[in-house]
Amino acid sequence: MSVNADLAGRRANDSESEVGLWVFLASEVMFFGLLFYGYTITRMAHPQAFAIASAHTDVLLGSLNALVIFTSSLTVALAARSLRLGAQRASFWLLAVTLTLGVLFLAIKCYEYYGDIDKHLVPWGDFALHGPLAGGERMFFFMYFVMTGAHAIHLTVGLGLLAFMLAGVGRGAYTQKNTEAVELTALYWAVVDTVWIFLYPILYLVHRS
Amino acid sequence: MSTAIVEPTLPEPEGNYLENGYSLRSWLTTTDHKRIAILYAVTITAFFFMGGTAATLMRLELISPTPLIMGAETYNKLFTAHGVIMVWFFLIPSIPATLGNFLIPMMVGAKDVALPRVNLLSWYIFVLGGMFVIVTLIAGGIDTGWTFYVPLSTRYSDTQVVYGVVGIFIAGFSSILTGLNFIVTVHRLRAPGLTWFKLPLFVWAIYATSIILVLATPVLAMTLVLLAMQRVFGLVIFDELLCGDPILFQHMFWFYSHPAVYIMVLPAMGVASEVISCFARKPVFGYRTMAYAIAAIAAFGFMVWGHHLFVAGQSLYASLVFSFLSYVVAIPSAIKVFNWTATLYKGSITFEAPMLYALGFVGLFLIGGLTGLYLASLALDANLSDTYFVVAHFHYIMVGGSVMAYFAGIHFWWPKITGRMYPESWSRLAAIVIFIGFNLTFFPQFILGLEGMPRRYFEYAPQFQFLNILSSAGASILAAGYALPVLYLTWSIRHGPHVGRNPWGAKGLEWQTRSPPPVENFDVPPRIPERPYDYDPEAEEAKRK
Repeated sequence: MSVNADLAGRRANDSESEVGLWVFLASEVMFFGLLFYGYTITRMAHPQAFAIASAHTDVLLGSLNALVIFTSSLTVALAARSLRLGAQRASFWLLAVTLTLGVLFLAIKCYEYYGDIDKHLVPWGDFALHGPLAGGERMFFFMYFVMTGAHAIHLTVGLGLLAFMLAGVGRGAYTQKNTEAVELTALYWAVVDTVWIFLYPILYLVHRS
Repeated sequence: MSTAIVEPTLPEPEGNYLENGYSLRSWLTTTDHKRIAILYAVTITAFFFMGGTAATLMRLELISPTPLIMGAETYNKLFTAHGVIMVWFFLIPSIPATLGNFLIPMMVGAKDVALPRVNLLSWYIFVLGGMFVIVTLIAGGIDTGWTFYVPLSTRYSDTQVVYGVVGIFIAGFSSILTGLNFIVTVHRLRAPGLTWFKLPLFVWAIYATSIILVLATPVLAMTLVLLAMQRVFGLVIFDELLCGDPILFQHMFWFYSHPAVYIMVLPAMGVASEVISCFARKPVFGYRTMAYAIAAIAAFGFMVWGHHLFVAGQSLYASLVFSFLSYVVAIPSAIKVFNWTATLYKGSITFEAPMLYALGFVGLFLIGGLTGLYLASLALDANLSDTYFVVAHFHYIMVGGSVMAYFAGIHFWWPKITGRMYPESWSRLAAIVIFIGFNLTFFPQFILGLEGMPRRYFEYAPQFQFLNILSSAGASILAAGYALPVLYLTWSIRHGPHVGRNPWGAKGLEWQTRSPPPVENFDVPPRIPERPYDYDPEAEEAKRK
């Protein structure tokens, strides 16, 4: 028996990339974990200010975005599943829908940022909120921009991956026999969505509890 | 990664990984884990001497209680450069990225790491981060200390904090990718029959280290982002004047930086286990407890960061818990020291250079660990915090522990890596010189700390001068000790005698292949032993008689 065959062919059914991605996602959880920790500590220090400041976020756009991104979670999962079942065309279109929803999310988010800037909610320079709790409110908007910003960066990376997958499925590079790349992209996208599940209530719904 | 089954061309008995291309390009584009290990080794050696130069200049200044060759600001920049370079650009990558990269695939019987291209990428990221730090030094350095405490680093320092932070941020991703690669490799590429409890403790140690790298480094990365945002944009989270919390920074920073100590010392423990059992000709005593102790240290290491904040205004109850947990970490650490000692008991001990370094590691780690208990106690820490006692304590762990073990590992596996042996007497001499120089440098600092000399000042009260001169004298011996291996190891690459597969008679899988190993590590699949460290003390005893 050849050495190469022995060393290379081992456990061919297990994918190193998949394990690698799970480990990477664990690392991502810690990355966002620090932000959630910072949020928790500052909110415990300024509970009222956080409630007031949260009322200044655009809950309509935030909710709309939640709807958009959760739907994209469904479509990306269906895209991976379709490819595995051999429905390449369906997979292609589902990926296209996911990509569109992702771009839509970013567009809505940018529009929302534009509104935030317009209302002077950016926590430096001429901050709109004054009064006794302004310090805590500033802190809330700091966390708001850092957390949604970090999420948007991850989402943008995901969009790049999706575009790559879309092109690959379109020209037949990924098929029923070669689904891994698409499935891993779906896994990454799911994690990006999951982060929004947590961001949405703690940023938009504080005062509505 | 490993789906293509290639029909083998006949194994080339002469070809090895070093002969697989001689051009610079062949090195800079390699995905061979052994070559990447050497790329790392060269890079971190350069950083080691940069950091060492900063330390030498500091020790020179401290010969005199009054200013001698520099002012306060230069001194601050030197200890910052020393800390930043030694922690992130030497100690963190030292054993994992060099010896780990070289050995982990061989120890598990694989032909490479699981993700070879990611492995190369991690080196490039590391170099990029390192270049930022070098630019920082050229642009004038940083004066905050390697801990970047706010508000000094955000509000008051007028030095190049942001460049340095960016460099560390970038290098962090190299850590994450290296750790990720080892985790996947150990899970997926173990040879058939090589179960977890047949793995060498070095693999256990690197695996545990990798988990810390993957889980702790992103926390540091994000903390530094927040720090940089505050510095650049004046944002608020750590800013005490705008309702922020400067102590929060310390919590976030030490949540990474305390586990980082275990990133430095767990691999050292792995090396010591390999070397001591080899030169005592005995299996490691209590192999399973050693493996569990590694896991316990890694786990508890995440829960003790608050002992860096005893005097920072942390709540007393939090301090009590952190103090207790810090004592708890001493238990698995002590188990390891006891088990190394028990491994030596009735062994057929020989004192080759790797063994001298490894024994030095055990002794110095013991002192470093025990003095750590002083600092874990709330009442004592109130007095010892920010004195030279702390400096001495963590240098015993990091230099006495990790650097000694790194040298032990380099000397132990050097014949495997290069296929040549270094001069035996020079290497033993260097081990002894380093041991003496180290103790002379740092033991006086324990006394200085107890007498109340604060760290991070370039001037001090005149009564501390004698011990400071001793320490500086030790540092010059230490510097000479570190120069020796560079000379004789470099010499041995061309002129050392060739060695066979297993010059030490060691039992790891890596010793079954040729020295230096072929490109894909093994000409024939390695034989998996019944148990790890399959040394036979009785046969050894009989041979002696």
